[in-house]
This record gives sequence, C-alpha cells and structure tokens, in this order.
Amino acid sequence: MSDNGTGPAGFLKEVVRRQYFWGVVAIVLLLLVNLTKDPSYLSIGWNDANGALVGNLVDILRAAAPIMMISIGMCLVIATSGIDLSVGSVMVIAGAVSMQFLAAAPNTFAGAMAALGLALLVSAVVGLVNGILVSVVGLQPFISTLIMMLAGRGIAKVITGGQNTSAVNDSFRWIANGYLFGLPVVFLLALAIVVLVGLLVRRSALGLMIEAIGMDPQAARLAGVNRRGLLLAVYSISGLLSGVAGVFATASVMTVDISRTGYQLEMDAILAVVIGGTSLAGGKFNLTGATVGALLIATLDKTVVFLGVSSSATPAFKAVVIVVLCLIQSDRVRQLLRSRRTTGSRPSRKEAVAA
Amino acid sequence: MTEPLVELRGVTVSFPGVEALQDASIRFFPGEVHALMGQNGAGKSTVVKVLTGVNAPASGEVLLDGESVVLNSPAASRDLGIATVFQDIELGHRLSVAENIMLGNEPRGRFGIDWRALRTSASEQLARLGLADLDPRTRLDALTPPVQQLVAIARAMVGDPRVVLLDEPTSSLEPADVNRLFKVVRQLRDSGVAVVFVSHFLEQVYAISDRITVLRDGRVVGEFATDDIDRAELISKMLGQDFEELQALGSQRRAHQQDPEGPPVLVARDIGRDGEFEATHLELFPGEIVALAGLRGSGRTELARLLTATDRSESGALLVAGRPVTRSGPGAGLRRRLVLSPENRHLGGVIESMSISDNIMLALQANRGWGRPVSRQERQETVEWYIEVLGIGDVRPETLVGTLSGGAQQKVLLARWLATRPRVLVLDEPTKGIDIAAKLAIQKQIAHLADEGMAVVFISSELDEVVRLGDRIVVLKDRRKIGELSNGPGVSVDTVVELIAADDDTA
Repeated sequence: MSDNGTGPAGFLKEVVRRQYFWGVVAIVLLLLVNLTKDPSYLSIGWNDANGALVGNLVDILRAAAPIMMISIGMCLVIATSGIDLSVGSVMVIAGAVSMQFLAAAPNTFAGAMAALGLALLVSAVVGLVNGILVSVVGLQPFISTLIMMLAGRGIAKVITGGQNTSAVNDSFRWIANGYLFGLPVVFLLALAIVVLVGLLVRRSALGLMIEAIGMDPQAARLAGVNRRGLLLAVYSISGLLSGVAGVFATASVMTVDISRTGYQLEMDAILAVVIGGTSLAGGKFNLTGATVGALLIATLDKTVVFLGVSSSATPAFKAVVIVVLCLIQSDRVRQLLRSRRTTGSRPSRKEAVAA
Repeated sequence: MTEPLVELRGVTVSFPGVEALQDASIRFFPGEVHALMGQNGAGKSTVVKVLTGVNAPASGEVLLDGESVVLNSPAASRDLGIATVFQDIELGHRLSVAENIMLGNEPRGRFGIDWRALRTSASEQLARLGLADLDPRTRLDALTPPVQQLVAIARAMVGDPRVVLLDEPTSSLEPADVNRLFKVVRQLRDSGVAVVFVSHFLEQVYAISDRITVLRDGRVVGEFATDDIDRAELISKMLGQDFEELQALGSQRRAHQQDPEGPPVLVARDIGRDGEFEATHLELFPGEIVALAGLRGSGRTELARLLTATDRSESGALLVAGRPVTRSGPGAGLRRRLVLSPENRHLGGVIESMSISDNIMLALQANRGWGRPVSRQERQETVEWYIEVLGIGDVRPETLVGTLSGGAQQKVLLARWLATRPRVLVLDEPTKGIDIAAKLAIQKQIAHLADEGMAVVFISSELDEVVRLGDRIVVLKDRRKIGELSNGPGVSVDTVVELIAADDDTA
C-alpha cells in the first residue's frame, strides 16, 4: 500500500491531510470566484516606471504582509497555550513611535533606520511586559494581553499627543511601497522573516520546548524546560513582529491613524493561526499554516472589496467563509464525511482487518 | 445458590488487531462482591465497558435476570440498573456535592430545578451510604480525593442500581479511606446489589470480595470463591509464567548484595523542609539501589524532591560529588544530573500528545539549552536505542505516546531520564499501575543501571518490590526517616512492616 507517503498517490494523501490544505483550497476558490466576475482578475502586468509587477495578486501579497507578521508571533504564543490580544495595539504603538520620530527627523536613510529601530525596540519591550505579566506575575495570558490591548491605543495617543501624525521620509516609505525583483518589499521582508523565524524555531530546540510547555507545562518544567524564559522570549517575539507589522501598515500611507491602524487585527491573526491548523489549546504549531491563513485573510479582504460586498455586510461575509473552513477542518465533520464515503465499502474494510 | 443477576455468556469483543475479550463467560450474583483480577490488558476494563454499554460485544450475549439484553449505550445500561464508578473521578469539581450527586436527575418544580428538594435527596443518598456528616453544599474541590470518590459512589447510587461497577476505586486512597469505602461497599452488598470490584490491590480484593474471576490475555482463567484460593495461586493464575521470572530477579539482587565502595555520589546533609520533611541525613553511593519504604503520605515524594534539588532545602546542604548544589528547581537538579521521575506519569510525566521521540529527548534537550539542538542522527540513534533496550515495543519513534499502553509510557518516561545520563536517579513509583511484564522489565532495568554505577533511589508502595530490589531500605513515616535497613537474607516485607508498626508503639 502506498499510504505511507511513498509514491505520488501517497504524497497527494499527505498533502490533503495537512490542516492548511483547506486554507489553500479556499484561497484558490476565492480567486476563482473573482475570476468569474472579471476574467482578467489574475492577469499580471509590468510597470516600467518603477520596475514592478502590477495586478490584483500583487496587491493581495502586499496586504498579506502585516497579517503574516502578527500571525507568526501569535502562532508561537498560542503554541504555549497562551494568546496575544495586544498585537493590533502594538502595531499602532510602533506606528506612532516611528511617525512621531520621523516628523522631527531629517528625510534621510539614517533617519528611517533610527525610526525603524526605535519602533521595533518599543514593540519588543511591550511584548516583554506581556511576557512578564504572564510568566512572572502569573496572570492569565488573555487578561494580561487584554490589558495591553486596551492600554496600547492610549499609549499611542500619548506618544502622538492625540494627533494622527504624518511624516515624510522616502526610505521609510520605500519599505511599504517599494519593489524588489518586481515584488513588493513588504511581502519579501515578511516572507524572509517567516523563513527566519521558522528556521530559528525548528533548527534549534525552541520549537520542541514551546510545544512541550503548551501541551503540559508541569511535565515540561520537571524535564528542566525553562518555562519563564521561553514565555518571555515568545511574547517579546510576538511584540517585535507586531512592531514590524505596524511599521508596514503606517509606512504605506506615512500616517499613523490612532484609532484604525491595526484595529481588530488580533482577530485576523488568531483566525490565521487556527486556519493554519494550530489548536487554540496550545501544543503542536504550524508556521506554514499560519502563513497560509494570513494569505487567506488578505485574499478574503480583497475579495470582499472586489465583489462590492457592501461594507456593512463585510464582517458577515468573512464570518461565513471562515465558519465553513473551520467546519471542514473539524475532526468530527471530517469523520462524518469519511464514514459516509466508506459506508459502501464496509465489507472490504472488514476483510482487511480480518486478514 | 441464587441465580446470577447479570451474566456474560461467550462474549467476544475485538478491536482492530486485538481480541480484547474472547469467549468470556462471567456470572455476577446479587448480594456479592465480585472481583475481577488480571494484569493490564487482561480484559478487566473491557468487561466493565461491555456492562456499561461502551463496547458492544461482537458475539455472545449479556443476560440480566436470565434474559438477553442489549447494552448499546451508557444510557441503556444505566436504565437497566447498572451503575459505574470510574477509575478517574468524573465529577464536576466546581459544583457542590449535592449538584454532583443529582446531576442529570434534578428534581424539578414549577420554576425549574427545586434546589431544596435536590439538597434533601442528595442528603438522603449520602445518609444511605453512612456519609451523613458530609454537607451537600460543600464544593467538590474542597474535599479530599477519597471523599470525592465516595461522592462518586453516592452519585452512582441514584436511581437504585442493581449492579454497581467499581473500576479501580482505591488506586488513590489511603488505608483509612479504603476502610470507609469498604464499609459502604459492604452496605451495598448487604442490600442485595451485585458489586463488581476491579482492582490491582491483592489485599483489598481478599478483604472485600466474595468471588474472584481471573482474566488473562482476554480470556477467563477461572472463577473462584475468595476463601478457596490462596494468594500464591491467584498470582500464578494472573501471571502465567512471569511469576517464576520475578522470583529469579529477587534472588539475583540478593546475590549482588555488596557494601558500597568509594566516596558517596550524593550527600544530603540534614536536608528538610518545614512541614514537608524533617531534616535528615542520607548518603547515596554509586552502584546501589536505595529503596524508600513507607506509606503514601509518609513523605517519600517530598524527600525525593529534596534529594534532586527540585525543591529547595531549608536546612543543611546537598552535595554532589563533594560540591554543594546551590540552586534549586527541576532544571538545576538536571544540570547536576540529579534526576527525578515523578510519581504520576500523567501529571508531569510523559506528554501524551507528543511523539515517543520528542518525549525521550525533552529532558536532554532542555538540559543542553535551546541553542544546542541534538543532531538528527544522534536523536535517532538515542531514541532507537532506548526503544530497543527498554523493550518499548514494536513502535515507530514518531508514534504519539498517548496511544501506548501504561507500561510502555512508563518506559518512555524512564528513557527520558536515562537519556540525560543521571548520576542519581530517583524513581517515584515507577511501576505503579502497569502490568506485571512491564513491571518486571523496569525492575530488571533498574537493577542493570545500578550495576553500571548509577545511584538509584526507588520508591514503591509495594513492599515486596522494595525488598526485592533495594540494597538499602530507608523507612519513612510521618514525614521523617525512622530507620535504615541493610537488605539481606534476613530482611523481608514483615521486617519493614514491623519497623513501621514498632515506631507507633514508641511514639
């Protein structure tokens, strides 16, 4: 039999078994829907003026970048059986810090780098505070990060003095709007960071330890896993990546919108992680899945706009797609479908058992 | 003799790959306590599951009052008057005692649940079992596990069942609580209920049961009146040929008996913790097995945690190879290669949703730090080595541990600690709740490790194990050390028991 992953049939089975397979299917379906409305939806052109590919797909990739960032951090946090509700607020803090800094700084490359560094530093510190609340103080992750989620927007407001600060800096703007090899810089950066985090976690023993504390904190502790240090690291990483996302989001318009930047993006991130096959109960996690989930959310957002779904119905539309996806992924529904499919072939299965 | 109340006739239950129960015929009489005995995997739980309607028999039939009945769901079984108290207490910990007892049977008034009537009927249930002193309004998690167990029985008694199944009800109980439980069980029996009692504890089975059915490998070996079968015969019936091997191991250990050589690997100088363990002195030498004997609650686990620096000692010092251990916590102990294998393999032991391979590598990896991962090849070699050496079975390294039998899980846990190459290995109840073959394999392995120069501390509630394996026996009582015995031909289970009992007289 070839169901051990050998041969093309086995490979296909293996792919279908992946949790995020249905996420990919959903992306393809959404694109097909768009294609039926506009046959040229998938066409990609070349803009000579700035050496870039243009098209809806490119737009989707650009939109996916910030969601990818926060989803990766969220994925690691969820794997420790925690949750980080503050990602959206950290985004706005990072945006506020960078815009406020750039508004006073000269329009140079060095200025952009300094703003970036400062924003990321502040985000990582906010993440670290989350980590301290969870691992040292011992608050529940939901509560700790909820506090930070509510406080974060306030902090951002204090930083900008309540204004939606704008700034001008060409290098900084390039991060969000520039192109490299014809692709948006944001997407390439996001992809690079995903790969980097993936390598960091899977090539070192971090992944194993994160899963261990997510599955059974007490057993992990007795086996000598440093839970406190790991939690601090994971929440800091989540903060840092949210900061990157915040910079992406503000650099594209060079304005931080205190009330809207990163607003409710924590929900998108959690959805992306769940779609990617990581259980909210913690334990086994899948960064590739979270990335697929982020791409799906971005595709969904773009599709809603493209199909002209009225803005009041947008959340409902999104909800329907996601509920269907979660249903397909749930074990119970899968079992139901499987048992229906195999009812016809029952006798042969019994024979196999007897043999 | 009266007619049997419930009877299994030629019942076979099969799962893919195994016949859990083959052609089993068992009779349960009213007004009798009937014990099911056998190793893990012998089919005791399957019998319970057939009677509770969880597993339907592939062939054969279940008779109630001589008539064939279909038990295809727990509800159906309950409706026919068969109630079960499961091994793991399945109650709502945040609900009150009354709510737990009456859950699903709440008396209803015009405005929903009649809370007053609910408390009254709960009190009646408790009173029937001689538990009138329990306040039904207490929240369940405010009670000790033994009392919770009794509440679980009270819950099972709602609806006046005619058959009560007790699946390992005593595995977490102290002797005093066991007596209380048995009083309740005898009351049930005298009121004409057929009680089915599943347990690993031989003495308890002799104390409470009227009739014993022995199962082995899914088959009924025989049904005996408890008075007609002595312990040795019962054990040999349960074990088959494993019994002789077990005796052989004991005599080997005795022959190995030697005085420790060289300096001690670990010196515990007056270590203790207020309220947990009285300051005590203990030395461990390489190549010896020190067994801690004492009842549950005598401070065995507390001492184990102090010896491995898992808990900080409030007095004295812990020296490993002459150097003091200054930090404490599980990680600190591991870094000095002091390893503690915790008592409950589910709580803080193996991680069931993780693979065998990850489970084995976890402690070693944690000890090395996240930045120095074990190479894929080393990992594979280590895991395959332990799977083979410990006889974990015909499994693949990526198999999830939750799918393994209790014995195999315990071996995986042992492998996790062995992979860190401990100087001192403290095993808290490593053979609890696993079948005799796995027990034997683990005991052999422990003896082997000591021969290789490791200092092993072995904790077990089963005194015959303690006497069989230990070079030295440290006897604990009431959270202090009351004596040390050098094991030898003159030492037996009775010696240890006498020591524990004698201490009572002086106190």
